[in-house]
Amino acid sequence: MVQERTLPQFQASPAQLSSEAGLTLYEDMILGRFFEDKCAEMYYRGKMFGFVHLYNGQEAVSTGVIKSLRADDYVCSTYRDHVHALSAGVPAQNVMAELFGKETGCSRGRGGSMHLFSQEHNLLGGFAFIGEGIPVALGAAFQSRYRKDALGDASADQVTACFFGDGTTNNGQFFECLNMAALWKLPILFVVENNKWAIGMAHERATSQPEIYKKASVFGMPGVEVDGMDVMAVRSVAQEAVARARAGEGPTLLECLTYRFRGHSLADPDELRSKAEKEEWLARDPIKRFEAYLLEHNLADEGTLKAIRDRIQTHIDDALTFAEGSPEPKPDDLYKYIFADD
Amino acid sequence: MAETLLFNALREAIDEEMGRDETVFVLGEDVGHYGGSYKVTKDLYDKYGELRVLDTPIAENSFTGMAVGAAMTGLRPIIEGMNMGFLLLAFNQIANNAGMLRYTSGGNFKIPMVIRGPGGVGRQLGAEHSQRLEAYFQAVPGLKIVACSTPYNAKGLLKSAIRDNNPVLFFEHVLLYNLKEDLPNHEYLVPLDKAEIVRSGKDVTILTYSRMRHHVTQAVKGLEKNGFDPEVIDLISLKPIDFETIGVSIRKTHRVIIVEECMKTGGIGAEIVASINDRFFDELDAPVVRLSSQDIPTPYNGKLESLTIVQPKQIEAAVEAMVGLKV
Repeated sequence: MVQERTLPQFQASPAQLSSEAGLTLYEDMILGRFFEDKCAEMYYRGKMFGFVHLYNGQEAVSTGVIKSLRADDYVCSTYRDHVHALSAGVPAQNVMAELFGKETGCSRGRGGSMHLFSQEHNLLGGFAFIGEGIPVALGAAFQSRYRKDALGDASADQVTACFFGDGTTNNGQFFECLNMAALWKLPILFVVENNKWAIGMAHERATSQPEIYKKASVFGMPGVEVDGMDVMAVRSVAQEAVARARAGEGPTLLECLTYRFRGHSLADPDELRSKAEKEEWLARDPIKRFEAYLLEHNLADEGTLKAIRDRIQTHIDDALTFAEGSPEPKPDDLYKYIFADD
Repeated sequence: MAETLLFNALREAIDEEMGRDETVFVLGEDVGHYGGSYKVTKDLYDKYGELRVLDTPIAENSFTGMAVGAAMTGLRPIIEGMNMGFLLLAFNQIANNAGMLRYTSGGNFKIPMVIRGPGGVGRQLGAEHSQRLEAYFQAVPGLKIVACSTPYNAKGLLKSAIRDNNPVLFFEHVLLYNLKEDLPNHEYLVPLDKAEIVRSGKDVTILTYSRMRHHVTQAVKGLEKNGFDPEVIDLISLKPIDFETIGVSIRKTHRVIIVEECMKTGGIGAEIVASINDRFFDELDAPVVRLSSQDIPTPYNGKLESLTIVQPKQIEAAVEAMVGLKV
């Protein structure tokens, strides 16, 4: 096992977080975790198909970043997109229905696990191939700047958060888009979820400079390394980056050091990651850690947290019932949605 | 009426649409300060500013994906491919994102964008700059593909493409930019999905597009002298193909020759032959003939290059052979 990087320390003062805000973050992370656990259960019971990439372990990143955005900001994800969609406000029942291929799914059953979309929630996808979402996110950020500076719309200060993994940072689109974002000062956050593994390719075996945040410097862009298992730390750097983007000061590269608690997808036998490595990261479970923080700083009591967990579990069960009971797309609609205005 | 060069007809189309709709913008390599490699966007940068005529770094797949994202969020980008061959670098963004995303999103997003630029075999430009990519892209769901061939249709089609709510690949030909034609002073649009009957006739239907339309027109002059009466149809839309117009013609002539500049294998003509067999087999008096480019990388040598593409004499010979074959 490669020597672990030392995680950056984050000094959180309790004054930074109200009880209400803390519970919102907690609920969002629980929603992500419980949703994914239900997906695994359904997949193994043969009710869900295709490639399903779960997010367990990385919840602090989705919650910390997306809960720092406004509802009219944009989110762009990858194939590991369920939890980004949930954090962005896409109802769990519509995400679950999509995974069941139903007409009530957020992509009307045409997309599936890796192609979640919601125009209503400014979720730009769901992109199944490595790196292809980055230019699309860049386009949304360009659009904000275009409206503001070419069309003079002062209200066009929307920010785009673009998520991708460590493996993607060796792809040309990453570098090309960092260049253009910095060149044109676009309001975008490049959020790297460095979970150390691109399926079976260890990050250190794939890149000449494993510290991804340092790659921002050659574009004159702020690059920040953050403990991706600490929602408070992620939220703190995300808020700063969002404020800078919204003020027209350009993009930020956030490298969130995190870990996936399951294989690359549910089809991955996960044979290459060592037991010791997994245990080391499981001990940093972002949800347990945030629970301890909330309790220690008297922002919540165990009863409140349990009530949230119970409520979310019921919510997920309801989402499942909704998905299972929803109709499939009509065969007559096979050709629908190929072209606009059809 | 004003005599207009084809590249200026395209420029007028872009200028008029940018003036009409502030969400329309141009992006690509050297479209701004330089005015476009064939001057299609000349001086538009001065008029509309650098965000609306955006000079991009040389990063085809990323700026193409950026246009997809801009289109998803309400803008109407026009990408200029400095040479359409460069779009091979953006194949993923054109196919997976521009083409398929509306469907995979279940109709959540529409992608109104135009990707335009020069393709085709020019004058000894070498293999990579002489490509005809229309056949590569025709299998991608969700794309519309158009090829212009005259200043009149170039202008009217580009305006329609810009107003269309879907991704449109708009092929121009590197050797047609200096064609001249008197264009109407009033605004006009040409529909994207309609073939154009270039010459009405009864002996044989010649289906063609882009520069080969002009090779066909040249061949027709010789054919007319020898008493042949071919019908010439410029396909205009390469996806979807206007089989309605083609069908009417086949019911009249019962013979078809396809003249195309793309390669024979997996070409536009190959698709048309298959579809004609599906739809109009009983109307045919002879097997459909395809005149296509050779299946080779376009050679640099001028003589070899001219042997690579279809020449007017070959078209004349094909018509004479087919129509002479009385049944």
